[in-house]
Amino acid sequence: MDKWSFGISVTIVGMGGTLLTLWLLGLFTRLLKWAFPPEGAPSSTAQNQGGEAK
Amino acid sequence: MIESIFIALSGLGAGFAYLVTQGLPNVVMMVIGGVLLYLAIKKDVEPLLLVPIGFGCLLVNMPLGDLMEQGGILRFFYDTGIITELFPLLIFVGIGAMTDFSPLLENPKILMLGAAGQFGIFLTLLLALALGFSQLESVCIGIIGACDGPTAIYVTTQYAPHLLGAVSVAAYSYMSLVPIIQPPIMRLLTTQREKTIRMEMVQGTISKTTKILFPILVTLVTGLIAPKGLPLMGMIMLGNFLKESGVVARLTSASENEIANVVTLFLGLAIGGTMEGHAFLRAQTLMIFALGLVAICLDTVAGVLFGKLMCFLSGGKINPLIGAAGISAYPMAARVVQHQGNLYDKKNYLLMHAMGANTGGQIGSVMAAAIMLSILKGMGLV
Repeated sequence: MDKWSFGISVTIVGMGGTLLTLWLLGLFTRLLKWAFPPEGAPSSTAQNQGGEAK
Repeated sequence: MIESIFIALSGLGAGFAYLVTQGLPNVVMMVIGGVLLYLAIKKDVEPLLLVPIGFGCLLVNMPLGDLMEQGGILRFFYDTGIITELFPLLIFVGIGAMTDFSPLLENPKILMLGAAGQFGIFLTLLLALALGFSQLESVCIGIIGACDGPTAIYVTTQYAPHLLGAVSVAAYSYMSLVPIIQPPIMRLLTTQREKTIRMEMVQGTISKTTKILFPILVTLVTGLIAPKGLPLMGMIMLGNFLKESGVVARLTSASENEIANVVTLFLGLAIGGTMEGHAFLRAQTLMIFALGLVAICLDTVAGVLFGKLMCFLSGGKINPLIGAAGISAYPMAARVVQHQGNLYDKKNYLLMHAMGANTGGQIGSVMAAAIMLSILKGMGLV
């Protein structure tokens, strides 16, 4: 395999594979959060108004 | 008798004689070792790594000390911890134990920024090939763009051990220069309106069970997709699992303190030991440093541009600056984002989101390396 076939193949499959894997992980993480919601406390969402970190 | 005394004395001056006759590369490398020590001590540039690396460099370039010859102490560290890949993997256990994935779990979408931040790895690989490096050397040089020292060491040890000194010093040096390298690129690629976007803070959406299961989930998914990278991902997730399980406080503490500290010392010395003058002082080394810089710049460009895309797709709810944190330099890149955001809106609080992108970058960098290793295996190159 010449070096350009190698380089372009690794770039396409590598970058594509990384994007796809992290997308999958994000999807599974959302499923995990859905399956195991926090006990007691309801989800809270607040607009960023420059508050301190909690 | 007198003759014996002269012979004995000649042994004492052998080091000086070597330096004068053929030791110029050693002298240059001792100066470089001194510069690394200066940067670590005076400028606070990655001192935990650069102090042992700088001192190791000094030691290995002392003439006739034979510290990297068979039986030498640096050779022992190298053979025991680098060749076997033990040291970078143990460091990963410590990194996992120190990492809090909560900001990422609060908003899993930003995991994608951690993937975009790895683009520099692959483009730099192409540049290295164009400059005449071999296929495996190019892979190792591209990995500098992972902004992740242990990953760079792990990959380079396997496929281009002769480049280990240059690649690891470049990786750690540029990681510490992130606050200088990234801001101009971030400012250039974002508009005034984008820089001042305030992001919604989401908190309290993660259960303890989710935090415990997350490292197992990542290990299973990534291990099945790219098995060659399982040692890397497995160790970082083991460290995180120890922390999140909450039942092995002593192991967690040992991983992030004693083990990480001892291994960092030995790892640094062993890397310094690879910086022997005659092998290190080549045009190739300068090219590796230049390509490493390009890799990190390209990572930042790709991260910010992907952030702009996410900003567009979300209807302006994501500040593209956080894309720059999609690299593995944790938590430095996240702090840079917070600082840049504050320059344009003092009440903008981006740190939590940037931390999420940054931990995503940690996973992304290891994943990119894992996929690359699996591709090489699939191509029959390793």
